[in-house]
Amino acid sequence: MADLVNFTIDGRAVQAPKGTLLINAAKQAGIQIPAFCYYDGLSLQAACRMCLVEVEKTPKLQVGCTLPVAEGMVVHTDSPQVRKARKGTLEFLLTNHPLDCPVCDKGGECELQDMVFRYGAGQSRFIEPKIHVDEKQWSPIVFYDAPRCILCYRCVRICGEGLGVGALGIGNRGAAAEIVPNRGDHLECDECGACIDICPVGALTSGTYRYKTRPWEMEHVGTICTHCSNGCKTTLGVRNGDIMRANNRDRSGVNGEFLCVKGRYAFDFNEHPERLTSPLIRSGGELKPISWAVAIATVAKKFSEIRRVGKFGVIGSNHTSNEENFLLQSFARQVLRTANIDHHRTGDVAALIDALHGRTAALATTADLFTAKAALVIASDLAQEQPFVAFQLRNNARLNRGHVYAVTPGPVREDNYATTTRAEPGHEFEALETLREKLAAESELVILFGAAIKGDGIRRLVQFGDSLGAPVKYVCLVDYSNSRGASDMGLLPGLLPGYRSVREEGLEPGLNYDQILAARDLDALWVVGANPLSRNTLTSAGAFIVVQDLFLTETARRAHVVLPAASAYEKNGTVTNVCGDVQKLSRGPKTMGAKTDLEIVSLLAREMNEDSGARTPEQVFEIIRRTVPGYNVPVSVIETGGAAATAPVNGRVIHEPAPELIRSAGNTLFTSGTLGRYSNMLNRVMESPGALYHDPRKAPIMEQGSVQMEELQRPQ
Amino acid sequence: MRYNEPSPLETRIVSQRFDLPNPTSIDTYLANDGYVAVKKAFEMTPEQIIEELKTSALRGRGGAGFPAGMKWSFVPRNTGKASYIICNSDESEPATCKDRLLMENDPHQLFEGMLIAGWTIRANKGYIFVRGEYRYLIEILERAIAEAYDRGYLGKNILGSGWDFDLYTHTGAGAYECGEETALLESLEGKRGVPRLKPPFPAVAGAFQAPTILNNCETFSAVPWILRNGGQAFADLGTPKNGGTRLVCISGHVNRPGVYEMKMGYNILALINDVAGGMRNGKKLKAVIPGGSSSPVLRADECDIPYDFDSLAKAKSMAGSGGLVVLDEDTDMVAVALRTIKFYAHESCGWCIPCREGTTWLKKILTRFHEGGGRPEDIDLIAELADNMLGRTFCALGDAAAMPTTGFITKFRNEFEEYLKKSHVARVPQLALV
Repeated sequence: MADLVNFTIDGRAVQAPKGTLLINAAKQAGIQIPAFCYYDGLSLQAACRMCLVEVEKTPKLQVGCTLPVAEGMVVHTDSPQVRKARKGTLEFLLTNHPLDCPVCDKGGECELQDMVFRYGAGQSRFIEPKIHVDEKQWSPIVFYDAPRCILCYRCVRICGEGLGVGALGIGNRGAAAEIVPNRGDHLECDECGACIDICPVGALTSGTYRYKTRPWEMEHVGTICTHCSNGCKTTLGVRNGDIMRANNRDRSGVNGEFLCVKGRYAFDFNEHPERLTSPLIRSGGELKPISWAVAIATVAKKFSEIRRVGKFGVIGSNHTSNEENFLLQSFARQVLRTANIDHHRTGDVAALIDALHGRTAALATTADLFTAKAALVIASDLAQEQPFVAFQLRNNARLNRGHVYAVTPGPVREDNYATTTRAEPGHEFEALETLREKLAAESELVILFGAAIKGDGIRRLVQFGDSLGAPVKYVCLVDYSNSRGASDMGLLPGLLPGYRSVREEGLEPGLNYDQILAARDLDALWVVGANPLSRNTLTSAGAFIVVQDLFLTETARRAHVVLPAASAYEKNGTVTNVCGDVQKLSRGPKTMGAKTDLEIVSLLAREMNEDSGARTPEQVFEIIRRTVPGYNVPVSVIETGGAAATAPVNGRVIHEPAPELIRSAGNTLFTSGTLGRYSNMLNRVMESPGALYHDPRKAPIMEQGSVQMEELQRPQ
Repeated sequence: MRYNEPSPLETRIVSQRFDLPNPTSIDTYLANDGYVAVKKAFEMTPEQIIEELKTSALRGRGGAGFPAGMKWSFVPRNTGKASYIICNSDESEPATCKDRLLMENDPHQLFEGMLIAGWTIRANKGYIFVRGEYRYLIEILERAIAEAYDRGYLGKNILGSGWDFDLYTHTGAGAYECGEETALLESLEGKRGVPRLKPPFPAVAGAFQAPTILNNCETFSAVPWILRNGGQAFADLGTPKNGGTRLVCISGHVNRPGVYEMKMGYNILALINDVAGGMRNGKKLKAVIPGGSSSPVLRADECDIPYDFDSLAKAKSMAGSGGLVVLDEDTDMVAVALRTIKFYAHESCGWCIPCREGTTWLKKILTRFHEGGGRPEDIDLIAELADNMLGRTFCALGDAAAMPTTGFITKFRNEFEEYLKKSHVARVPQLALV
C-alpha cells in the first residue's frame, strides 16, 4: 500500500489510498458525510450539495463526494459552518417537497426524513405556496410524483449506467425540473423497478405496493427469487402472512444493486386466486377437495402397490429446493425403487461437468462475472434470459473495464458496448474462430453458453477454451431458480447427486423425461413442481398421476391426486444458481393449506413406513453437505444469507448424453414458464422481447401456451 | 448595424470597423488589416503567441475575467488527439449586448481570433455557440464563413500553412445556463445544458472530452489586434493586469444608452456623464449595476472608481460581462431585486438544490414583498437564503443570483423597510403545512 495519503477528519488522523473520494474515506473512518446524489458505482453528480464539508485552507465549503483526499488535508465535517450548510440545503429541499409523509409509501424508510431528523431544521420558514404537479403513472409498475422528487438523478443513472436501458431523463428546468420517461408520457423499459428502489424519497412508487402498508408493519424476509436461474436475493415485505412487496432492501445478495421485474414484482403468483389450497382427488371424473390425510394415504397406498410390480415415472422441478430434490430422488430410487427420474433440462450441466473432468476451478462463480478480465457469451440474449448475469457483465465492463464478447443469433443489448458477432444456431463455432485472436489475447476468460451448446458441442467448446492458452471458466446457462440444483441433486435418470453414476449403486439408468412420457406401460407418473403436459402428451393412458403444484396446471388437470405445494417463498431450504452458488431460501408468507414438497415427500415416506428421519430442510441439507461431492459448503455462509460456491466436479461423468433433451424455455424478461402465467404484474407489463432494440411495433413473442396478456393499462 | 451613435471618447479596437460601409464583407475586412494577424501567427510558435497574449493582459470578457494567455497555456498541445476552439457567444447576461455587435458587424475579426487560437494548439475545428435568441446572426455568420472558405482563410491548408481549420455555428436553445462554459459544451454535444463537474477543466477535457480553448466572443475578437500591434500596446491601453479596451453596454436611466468601447479602467461616473450623456431628465444617480445583472449593486457614492476587473472586485462587485445598468433616484430597488431574482429563478437549470430551490423561494418572497405582503422578518430571511446559496451551488449561476440579492438588501435595506409600511397584513399568507 504505497499510495496511502495521510489527512485529518474531525481531528482524527486517517489514511486512505490516494484518489479515494473524501465521502468514502470518511465512511471508512466511521464518519458519515450525508449525501443524496452520491451513489456508489454510479457517476458523480455533486448536485445535492448535502456533502459539503470544511477543508482548511480552501475559501469555501468543499464537495465531499467529488473531492479526492490529499496529503495533509484537514477536514471538518461537523463545524458550525457545515451544520448550517446542511440545514440550509434541507430547508431548501423541503420548500417544494410535500410534507405528506403520513401517507407516503416511503415514510419510515425515507432518506430525506432521516436527513431532516438528523441535520435539518425542525421549523420551516417557508410560507409561500408550494409547486404542485399531479402524479403520473408511467407504466403498470412505475408511478412518479414530481413534487416529492429531490432530483438526485439516481434513477436516471441506475437506468442508464447500471441497466444499460436509459429510459429516464430530465425535463424542464429550475424548480420545474422533473424526471421524464423515454416515451414522453410513459415508459418503455425493462420495468425492473431499480429506479423505484434507488429513489431516496417517495417520488417513484410501485404499482404493486403503493398505499398498501407502512414499512414498519412488515417483516422483511431475505430469500432467493424463484424465477430465473440467476439467484438474486429479494427481500419480501410480509405483513400478516401476505407478501406486500419484494425489493432489494439491503443490497446484500450476490445481485448487489440488481433485481429484475420478476424479482421485484412477480411474487404476486403467490396470492393468485387460482392458487390450490386443498388436496384434490379425482372422483367421478372430477377433481374434488379432500383432506391431506386421505390424499397422502391414497397416494401412499397406490405407490406401495405399484412399486412391487409396476413402472414409475418421476418428473422433478426446476423450482423446488435442493433438499426437496435430494429427498425426491432418494425416495424415488430407494423407496419406489425406480431409476426413471428426470426434470425439464434447460442446459447441459452434466456435459460441462464431464468435459471439464475434475477441473473445479473452471466453473465460474457469480462474483467472477463482475471481476473477470473478459467474458464471452454464446447463444444467449442475456438481458432477456439472464438479466442479472447481463448486469454483472455490463457493470464489469463499465466499472472494471472488463471485455465482453457475444456470439448470438440476433441483436442483443451487449451490442451497445461489447464485441458482438451474429451466428445462426449451429454456426457458433465458425463465429468463435473469427474471435480467436482477440480471445487468445485475453489474460482470463469466462465463457457463458446457452442451451444451443450441448452434448458434444460443450466438449468442443472446452477444447476451444483450452486452445486459447489463458485460464478459462465456464457457465452453463440454465433457465430456472433451481435448474442447476435439480441437475446437481441427481434428478437425472443416470446420475446420482453430485454427478455420480447410478451404476455406482448397482442401478441401471432409468427412463428419461421423453421416455417417461412416451412409455406405453407406465403405471404411475409423479410430477413434482413441473408441467410436462403443457407441451407434451402422455402416452400411457392408464397411469396413476400424482401432481404436486401451486396451480391446476395442464398436468395437474390430468392428475388423480393433486397435492397443493408451497411456493419457494413459503419454504426454507437452499437453491443453487446458474453459477453453482448455493443460497438460502427463507420462508416469508403463510402457506394457505399448501405444504412444502419436502413435507409432502416426508409424509408419503412415513405413510409407506419408509421414514428416513430427515424431515426439516436443515437435516436434509446436512446430508447433502456430507454426501454430495462439491456441496460441503460452509453453513455459516449460507445461514448468514451469503452465497457459497459449489464445485461438483468429480472426474469424468459417466452418463448417456441426451442433447435432444436440453430445451430452454426461452423465457424473456416478462415470462417465467408456467409460474409466470400466474403473475398479474408480469402479464400487465406487456413488452416484446428486446423491445428496446427491436421494432416496437413488432408483435410480442409470447411463450407457447401463455395466457393472453391484458391491455397495458395507462393512466387516464 | 450600430444601435447608438459612437462617442468621441471611445478607443476603437474591436469595434474599429463597425462604422465602415459593408462591415461584414471579407473585402472590407481585408482592406482594413484583416487576416494580417493570422499570417503573423503562422510565423510564430505557440509559446510566442501565448506569451504575446500574456503580455497583453487580455482577460476573459465573458464575466470571470480570467487571463486569456494563461487559459491558452493550459491546453495540452501535440497530444495527437483532436482539439477544439469554442467561441462562447451565448451572450445572455441581462444588460449585456456586445457580442451581438461583434458578430453582426465584424464576423471575420472573430474568425481570425479563433483561427489564431486554433493554430496555437493545432486544433482543426471551431464552433461558434450563438445564443438561441440571436438566431438571425447565424445568417450573417454563415455568409461570412462561406466567404472565408472561398478565400482560403478556412478549410484545407490555410494560406499554404499545411494546417486545416473548419468553423461551424451552433445555436443555443434559449438557456442562460448554457453561457456557463461546461453547460455550453454539454449543449454543443447535443445533451441537456447542465454544467459539468470541474476538474477536469475544458482546457484538458472540453468539447467531446478533448482539449479545448473556450473564450468569449469579445476575447477572441481582441486577439487579431494584439498580434498586429503587440501585447504591450494592448496592455498599455488599460490599467495594470487589465489590458486593452472593453465594450461597455450602458443601459438604464441615461441620455445615450449604448455600447461603447472604452479603455479598461475608465471611471464609472465619467462613463455615465461623459460617454452616455448623463442622467436622463436631470435626475440624480442612485445606483449602478456594473457588470451585468449578477454583479452586486453599487450605491452612487461607490461609483467613482475605474471600470476594470480589479477595481470592481475591490469594491466587492464585479466587471462581469460589461453590462452597466444605471439607476436613477426614482428607482424602486425592491422591484429591481425582484426582477433580477425572477430572471435567475427562471434560468436556474435545476441541477443542484440550493440554486433550484433558493432562487424560487427568493422569487416567491420578493414577489409577495413587492405586492405588499412583506413581513419584517422577510428582510433577514432574504439575506440569509441568499447566504445559504452563496458558494454552495454547483456552478456560478447560484452565486450570480445570490450576490445581487445580498447587495440589494445590504445597500438598500432602508427601501425594503419602507415597503413594510405599505404592507397589508391581509396579504401575509398563513403558514401552509403541506
